[in-house]
Amino acid sequence: MGSNMAEAHPVGFQWVMEAKLRGARVIHVDPRFTRTSALADTHVPLRAGSDIAFLGGVANYILSNERDFREYVLPYTNASTIVSEEFLDTEDLDGLFSGYDPDKGSYDPASWHYEGMEPQEQGSGAEEKEQAAGLSHESGGPAMEHGDPPTDPTLQHPRCVWQILKRHFARYTPEAVEQICGVPREQFLEVAEAWVANSGRERTAAVVYAVGWTQHSVGVQYIRTAAIIQLLLGNMGRPGGGIMAMRGHASIQGSTDVPTLFNLLPGYLSMPSASSHHSLDDWIASLRGDNQKGFWRNADAYAVSLLKEYFGDAATAQNNYCYDHLPRLTGDHGTYRTTMDMVDGLVSGYFLLGQNPAIGSANGRLQRLGLANLDWLVVRDLVMIESAEFWRSAPEVETGEIVPERCRTEVFFFPAASHVEKEGTFTQTQRMLQWREKAVEPQGDQRSELWFFYHLGRMLKERLAGSTDPRDRAVLDLNWDYETTGGPGLAAEPSAESVLKAINGYGPDGLLSAYTELKADGSTACGCWIYTGVYAGGVNQAARRKPMTEQVSPYLEWGWVWPANRRVLYNRASADPDGKPWSERKRYLWWDAEQGKWDGPDVPDFEATKAPSYRPPEGAVGPAALRGDDPFIMQADGKGWLFVPNGLQDGPLPTHYELHESPLRNGLYEQQGNPTRKVYARADNPSNPSPPEEHSEVFPYVAFVSRLTEHHTAGGMSRTLPYLAELQPEMFVEVSPQLATERGLEHLGWATIVTSRSAIEARVMVTERLRPLRVQDRTVHQVWMPIHYGYAGVVTGDSINDLFGVALDPNVLIQESKVLTCDVRAGRRPHGEDLLRLVEDYRRRAGVTVATGTAVATTGPGAGRPHLESARDPEAFHG
Amino acid sequence: MAEHRLFGPEADPAGDAGYAADHPARKGFFTDTSICIGCKACEVACKQWNDVPDDGFDLLGLSYDNTGALGASTWRHVAFIEQPATSAPAGPTPVAGPSPSTVDLGMPSFAKPGDGSGVEDREEFRWLMSSDVCKHCTHAGCLDVCPTGALFRTEFGTVVVQQDICNGCGYCVSGCPYGVIQRREGDGRAWKCTMCYDRQKDGLQPACATACPTQSIQYGDLDELRERAAARVTALHEQGVTEARLYGADPDDGVGGNGAFFLLLDEPEVYGFPPDPVVPTRDLPRMYKFAAAAALALASAAVAVFGGAG
Repeated sequence: MGSNMAEAHPVGFQWVMEAKLRGARVIHVDPRFTRTSALADTHVPLRAGSDIAFLGGVANYILSNERDFREYVLPYTNASTIVSEEFLDTEDLDGLFSGYDPDKGSYDPASWHYEGMEPQEQGSGAEEKEQAAGLSHESGGPAMEHGDPPTDPTLQHPRCVWQILKRHFARYTPEAVEQICGVPREQFLEVAEAWVANSGRERTAAVVYAVGWTQHSVGVQYIRTAAIIQLLLGNMGRPGGGIMAMRGHASIQGSTDVPTLFNLLPGYLSMPSASSHHSLDDWIASLRGDNQKGFWRNADAYAVSLLKEYFGDAATAQNNYCYDHLPRLTGDHGTYRTTMDMVDGLVSGYFLLGQNPAIGSANGRLQRLGLANLDWLVVRDLVMIESAEFWRSAPEVETGEIVPERCRTEVFFFPAASHVEKEGTFTQTQRMLQWREKAVEPQGDQRSELWFFYHLGRMLKERLAGSTDPRDRAVLDLNWDYETTGGPGLAAEPSAESVLKAINGYGPDGLLSAYTELKADGSTACGCWIYTGVYAGGVNQAARRKPMTEQVSPYLEWGWVWPANRRVLYNRASADPDGKPWSERKRYLWWDAEQGKWDGPDVPDFEATKAPSYRPPEGAVGPAALRGDDPFIMQADGKGWLFVPNGLQDGPLPTHYELHESPLRNGLYEQQGNPTRKVYARADNPSNPSPPEEHSEVFPYVAFVSRLTEHHTAGGMSRTLPYLAELQPEMFVEVSPQLATERGLEHLGWATIVTSRSAIEARVMVTERLRPLRVQDRTVHQVWMPIHYGYAGVVTGDSINDLFGVALDPNVLIQESKVLTCDVRAGRRPHGEDLLRLVEDYRRRAGVTVATGTAVATTGPGAGRPHLESARDPEAFHG
Repeated sequence: MAEHRLFGPEADPAGDAGYAADHPARKGFFTDTSICIGCKACEVACKQWNDVPDDGFDLLGLSYDNTGALGASTWRHVAFIEQPATSAPAGPTPVAGPSPSTVDLGMPSFAKPGDGSGVEDREEFRWLMSSDVCKHCTHAGCLDVCPTGALFRTEFGTVVVQQDICNGCGYCVSGCPYGVIQRREGDGRAWKCTMCYDRQKDGLQPACATACPTQSIQYGDLDELRERAAARVTALHEQGVTEARLYGADPDDGVGGNGAFFLLLDEPEVYGFPPDPVVPTRDLPRMYKFAAAAALALASAAVAVFGGAG
């Protein structure tokens, strides 16, 4: 679901095909019949953006029929834990949870905690939302003080998680699924039954998703719903189970592990906050609980070792390991906030590396107007992409909004070395690091990113040498000592292996082999604690390529997987509480009582010699506080979380909300959309109206977008190559024969697609792969478009991102850029000022104002109140 | 050496062409379209390795096929066929409305457009994908009619054009029963798949088979591939995919069987294959017999006319 794996990840899809050849059943739930559907056993079309309703239906099917894997659920999840009586569910508040603040559009999660446990001291929900705090939980659950909340192993207590879950999902009936998703109940039940039947002791089922789930205003909760199902069915931590995230492009996993994000430091340590983390101790206290269970208890060692790696000998216990050199967050500095700040004249310079926001980010016009209002812009890319060309060929040049002669931005273009022209690692979705060698020398001025940043840092340090200004201290203290080859000066190419060694970490005796060796006393330095071990034994473990014929599954000698080369996370759960495999067929890890250790083909994701019978002594903290049958060792209570008492911005349980832009009223609750989604009320970021707002009929169709096999992201690496460009040479829109009739669209003719942001044109593809759906007793037409086109390259076309506005998921600030509402007209779009007039006419007819779409609460106190943005004061911003 | 056959089964085309007995086994492609995901990696890998130029940037509207057909600049071609199936799935009772199986006579309707076309009357839909390539026929029409010897049979039993010999006469174009070989515009010479002859000589797989992520394109010894393909058809039949069949695997067919053959899920015509291809040279012996008979008749007549006068 949410993944078109055959088209977007064809190389990975070979394993799905192999599983199918061996008898696995493949089910594809997707709005459109794609190349994945063509190869699946079953294709289930559903309305775009209704996935939580579908998955909630599966959860309800399991819970109401008691089809869960009870022997797994009881010991390994928090099903029996009792929740505070202060907690109120969406069942009680018509789509809201307790703690909602309609003024801030955010929750105070205090009432969600386990019975008898004080909520962890943390920033307010409003502040966490600004900082996308949810991202920091990718390698483990949030901090929680140690405690043993009451449980009810009979699962009868009305406030135990199991009962809360059962009540919460009770209204997600097959009939509701049919009404909301447009999936016939028989087909839904077939999928639910197949999922259940292929789970349990003897079998496991896996879920694959991609950005079709993540890029939504409630995206994190899509994945949470799948996680709940997989936990209920016992499919986590077991071979053939799990939830696979198909990433947007190569090493996206790597770019969150060693992040290129504003709010994270390597290894999912959150960036310090200016308001609450005044000292190293404050910051570390926010990363972990002093008396917490599990391995996050040792976050102080990970944090101090990171500072030692950054600042080397300059970092000492006396100066708190240079903690004060770290920047602090003052709020939302995400990519969209930053773009708006560019438009508002608050940003002077910008680096773009491997990113093409002019056509690749939501609200293309906003992006380009932002880029056009800088002092300088550095673009490092393989070719002259749209973000380097915008000042002379953006659509705004036609409309007169950007004048090339007067555009103030000075663009510096640096040709980049491609992935075959430099060495380094890719980290793929299984958390596997794979080393690649340089195959050919880069040509001309092309250089690697390592080269660029190494020399930029070196030159900055040289320029600042001798400065006594305190603000220059951080740069001067940076540990910038990497091995190089190739010669002196700019001929020096830093060694990627020496960088990987720094990421792996050093101790007093040289390279470290495991993150458990990290210390908080300044004796170890480590660039990313979860990667410790990639250089275990002084060997580049990521470069291992032993053929599969010379080793056995799970092929531990191919590449290296964080943490500790474990292939299946939480694999303690592949054995029962006593340490015996759940079945011979699904045997993976087991307790060898004679040897006193865990055995199996994978590296145990558990303390290797901790017996299943181990019970922590009174007062134990950290890993020692975990029982011998607590498999989820990165969670603060060692359990899989069906109910999330802490750490999510939009509620402890997933709830079906309509999209930010939807033609339909929420069929389950009075609350329409995600009440905590981040909206930006600005004239240059309008929203189409959605019910209960009036005039949603002006934009009556659902448009959704995704990728084609033939192109890559915004097309910089494919529309520029004739061999790929010829395979999908033009922007097109797929429409059903029924919509073609309704709107007078002709196959291979032109259509114009209009939203309150802009209008684009596309060639028409009439196809039965798209079908109108019957939803809430009306027909919903969906159209589909590819994401790949722009105004530079061998083949060009209008960009889909010109149609999108910016509305974000509150947990991770990812944009809702898969689905929107629109109008579809036959014929080509107008150009220049006529284009602006057309869009303005639509806005007028739909009554669109700055406030449209920003009234995120539609029930309870404050319902219907818009969230208007106060203008930012430049002085305060820079102060 | 046995007679040089122009038609019918031929176990060893390379041997027939004069290669010594220790020549390599005949190589071929088995393209299993039931696991093709339509990624077109074969098309791109082929062009990359063989330095084939692009074939124009035209949106054809043929589903996701924008290269159209095999030709001088497209040596692997992936066809996409969108197909409504005939069986209706389980679901709520269908409501009135147009469905793909009925013929629209253009009569006015009282229903709003799209009203009757929702989930109620949805039918299972099929999207067939198939990567086509030169068949490297046992009896290759292109080769047999080539007057310059530019087309030749390799030691692997495949058929290759030598570009430095081809004079662009175009006889091969009409000699191919599949429409594979074409002359390149602006160049004039005939071009087609070589089964990556250069890679074969180095013991490598052809580029397309190497790039194929699902092993839909399999390369190897033809005898072994035919066994594998037969087993695959049996397996599919056992799974209920009774429409699975092989195309080009039969040595008794009109071209003596193909070096590149296919597993299809529908009639060959659906994929754009000729249902019963025949090498034009099949008729050569008969034509020569006719010619001989005609010559004999002419000679007899001449004898009758002139001999009689003597």
